[in-house]
Amino acid sequence: MPALAKRVGIAVLIIGVLAGVGPLLESVLTEYAMRIIILCGISIILAVGLNLINGTTGQFSIGHAGFMAVGAYGTAYTVIMLEDHAGAFLSSLPEEVAHGGVLIAGLSVGALVAGVAGLLVGAPSLRLRGDYLAIVTLGFGEIIRLVFNNASALGGPTGYDGGRPAGLPAYTNFFWVYACAAAVIAVVASLTFSRFGRALSAIREDELAAEAMGIPTTRLKVTAFIISAMTAGVAGGLFAHLQSSIRPDDFKFDKSIDVIVMIIVGGLGSISGAALGAVVVVVALELLRDAQEYRLILYPLLLILLMILRPKGILGRHELSISYLRNLFSKKTATPPTTTEAP
Amino acid sequence: MQVFFQHLVYGLSSGSVYALIALGYTMVYGVLGLINFAHSEVFMMGAYAGLYCALGLGYQPDTPFPLVNALVVLLFAMMAAAALGVTIERLAYRPVRHAPRLTPLITAIGVSLLLQNLGILFFSATPKPFPRIVAETVFHVGGVVVTNVKLVIFGVSIALMLGLQWFVFRTWTGKAMRATSVNPAAARLMGVNVNRVIGSTFALGSALAAAGGILFGLDQTTVSPQMGVMIGLKAFVAAVLGGIGNIPGAVIGGIVIGLAEEFTSGYLSSEYRDAITFVILIAVLLFRPQGLLGVVRQEKV
Amino acid sequence: MHVRARWTLILAAASVLACVFAVGCKGKSNGDIVVGSFLSMSGGTADFGTESKRGFDMAFEAANAAGGIKGRRLRLENLDDQGKAEEAGSAVNRLIDRNGAVAILGEVASSLSLVGGRIAQRRGVPMISPSSTNTQVTAIGDNVFRVCFIDPFQGYAMARFARETLHLQNVAIFTDVRSDYSKGLAESFRNEFTHAGGRIGVEQSYSQGDTDFGAQLTAIQAANVQAIFVPGYYQEVGNIARQARRLGLNVPLLGGDGWDSPQLRSIGGHDIEGSYYSNHFAPDNPTPRGRAFIEEFRRRYHQAPTSLAAQAFDAANILFDAMRRAPEITPAAIRTQLAATRNFPGVTGVISMDANRNPIKPAVVLRVGPTGDVFETTIEPR
Repeated sequence: MPALAKRVGIAVLIIGVLAGVGPLLESVLTEYAMRIIILCGISIILAVGLNLINGTTGQFSIGHAGFMAVGAYGTAYTVIMLEDHAGAFLSSLPEEVAHGGVLIAGLSVGALVAGVAGLLVGAPSLRLRGDYLAIVTLGFGEIIRLVFNNASALGGPTGYDGGRPAGLPAYTNFFWVYACAAAVIAVVASLTFSRFGRALSAIREDELAAEAMGIPTTRLKVTAFIISAMTAGVAGGLFAHLQSSIRPDDFKFDKSIDVIVMIIVGGLGSISGAALGAVVVVVALELLRDAQEYRLILYPLLLILLMILRPKGILGRHELSISYLRNLFSKKTATPPTTTEAP
Repeated sequence: MQVFFQHLVYGLSSGSVYALIALGYTMVYGVLGLINFAHSEVFMMGAYAGLYCALGLGYQPDTPFPLVNALVVLLFAMMAAAALGVTIERLAYRPVRHAPRLTPLITAIGVSLLLQNLGILFFSATPKPFPRIVAETVFHVGGVVVTNVKLVIFGVSIALMLGLQWFVFRTWTGKAMRATSVNPAAARLMGVNVNRVIGSTFALGSALAAAGGILFGLDQTTVSPQMGVMIGLKAFVAAVLGGIGNIPGAVIGGIVIGLAEEFTSGYLSSEYRDAITFVILIAVLLFRPQGLLGVVRQEKV
Repeated sequence: MHVRARWTLILAAASVLACVFAVGCKGKSNGDIVVGSFLSMSGGTADFGTESKRGFDMAFEAANAAGGIKGRRLRLENLDDQGKAEEAGSAVNRLIDRNGAVAILGEVASSLSLVGGRIAQRRGVPMISPSSTNTQVTAIGDNVFRVCFIDPFQGYAMARFARETLHLQNVAIFTDVRSDYSKGLAESFRNEFTHAGGRIGVEQSYSQGDTDFGAQLTAIQAANVQAIFVPGYYQEVGNIARQARRLGLNVPLLGGDGWDSPQLRSIGGHDIEGSYYSNHFAPDNPTPRGRAFIEEFRRRYHQAPTSLAAQAFDAANILFDAMRRAPEITPAAIRTQLAATRNFPGVTGVISMDANRNPIKPAVVLRVGPTGDVFETTIEPR
């Protein structure tokens, strides 16, 4: 299968490039700059994942941070358990392999529990048409913090650090964050540009009509929602091992709003737009740190203006591709971009 | 038994505040099909309008008010909130009314965040003591402590709800409102000024929320810019529980949520107080998504 | 449409480039000694940050007026973390990398000090928390210090006070379950109070942000206690006092340093008067050092300092003291001298660092009065 071989080739190429670029950046840039770059990567995962449900499917989830929290705690707990109970085996492995292996195992568990949470939240609310998902995810985001606050085995309100003075091991680095981001983008893109993705778009455009066409709307919506929750879980796990400890309050409603802003800035429904929006928002917020009190005013104000003046965001529903750029910058401004745009 | 009645009194008074706020959600949803996330912040702003009005009238937090002044505070806050609600609708919601479904929702969240952060900037995040605009007296009824404040809260809420019922079913604007919620296009064809109807819906809902804010401040003794978030969420669940878009439903939903919370924290633990609302929401969505009083509407294909 | 999309894209690309450039650049220094601080200056806990910053500012100005250290001026770079852990992590990294801070001062909230402290520890920069009382904070490692006593000591101090000064037999505990601080104080109070022969009549809990305590207070009232230990924060405590009196529950409340705020009295009104709490600092401080600090603070900010400001003032001065003794101004040399702090005369008491980088110092018990908090007694460390 040449198509498969090509895909494997691309994957190997990406991993190779990341493995080379990571150490290079770390040697040139300060730890602070690396942290911002890593936070951008985590936000890309969050935004691309949320875009699948909010952008492509047209449902409205405002509890992404809740799934992030589930993934963060799931990942961190698994990593600590593995290291506490399989320490002897792990120390027999080369350090890089052991750390990476433990992180991957933790992220898998984190994604899994976040997916289960997604099923529990999505199944009752996505059966229905309308905005129920919004209010259920909002409630879920609040309740999950309550759960972690009361879970004394997970550190309660002060947060979970695995009971170690140095906190959760800092396994999150450039390579793992961007490898995960690439994987998430690949998965979401291949889903979006498939029969499944077209069905999701049909649900967004007209749910009733989609159902009449024989699309099992509830099942597809729930599936998309679970995948979105799992990506949030991965992002949460990476965040946990960047942060050294995680608190329930790290995953407040503000965090969900940040992710929503990212996909709107980039262009609802566009994968590359979501990634672009994530970088723009993270870096802009870091730069605005000096104007903090007013930043909290400017931020929602810009959101409202954006919704009124340019609800499509930077890219609209287009993907950032060579043909899109060529089209954009060609002389024939009269020609519309290749993909058709919804009204 | 005595403890049971004590909880009942507390539950009814907080439930009636939820009901007042739930009415605003349900009315706006009825005419626009929009979850007005900013409603919880209108509630907060209403409470602050009352607070500053009371301070402006020269009352210290601890001196009781004559009844007339308490009414002035209530009316001022309701009018201020109505103006705020209409402004929000005009500036933020109207431009996106016909945009795809997500656009107004996100705008609503933006307005909510904006108001909350403006609140933090102008009033500071620290909770402020709310003036005791009603002098407090305590009655002991068979071992149950009842304060006149609880009675006032319950009484004012009931009066406002009856007033709303009269307005919606006995006035021309009320009739136009009901018509718009059934079918905006048909209502327009029948000569209803849909913009004006939507405006008055926002005004009414916001005024009720402000009344809720005053009563809340009176009951809980402090107000803060973040107080709308959780109260708003619960009030919205109350609206869903009663049947979104249904006015008596919102009242029943509010009372049910208030009682459920009070009994949960009284007999189980206050840790579960917030969780019970969410459990109710999930149960409603699973078993009766149209709500207690809602009617299933058949969609035309 | 097409043209607009193009410009949006160009604008976005340009701003991303500009942003990356700005973040990547290093700040420059001009010979000043740079000390970084991270505090919550906005958001729900903005008051903590604002008050601590005042203490830092006063200490820095005084030190510079006295000629700086080793002939160099001191400069404070303060970053806001909004009370969020993610922001706190970025802020500490930024202070070290862009501002070139040789030492870090901050946070008030223990959970944020834990995040910042781990970064400081890993990067070998000493950090002093002025007021994080959670035991784990200084357990991070040899670069993390504090100038306040730890949580278990406050529970111990109030239990001793309740038994020995107030002679109480039967006390209720009312805990904020969303705060480890509250749970920690409750636990050490319970242990010490029962150990000293007292009885805990009833235990109830609430959650931070609650405003209605009717259900729990009704249950407490049924237990006929002589006092209620409420180791929470002032917002809830003020409300609890009002609602308790309304129910006819007229016993004093006891608490810890979370009560310390002018807002306590404005929320609690007359109902909070006559209650007691343990604190780091008495506003009617009898020592000359304390008086001078209070007068200067009043002159600048037209109000009495809370203990957050006093602790911040002490934290900065202990840092300067270590810098003066250090042979050179490097993070490692400062760290070594901080660990060697003995009998430092601070405004919150005489401070020595123990082997775990926690200070050895007494607690004061204050009574809430109609116009201000009144010094009641001192409880020495055990």
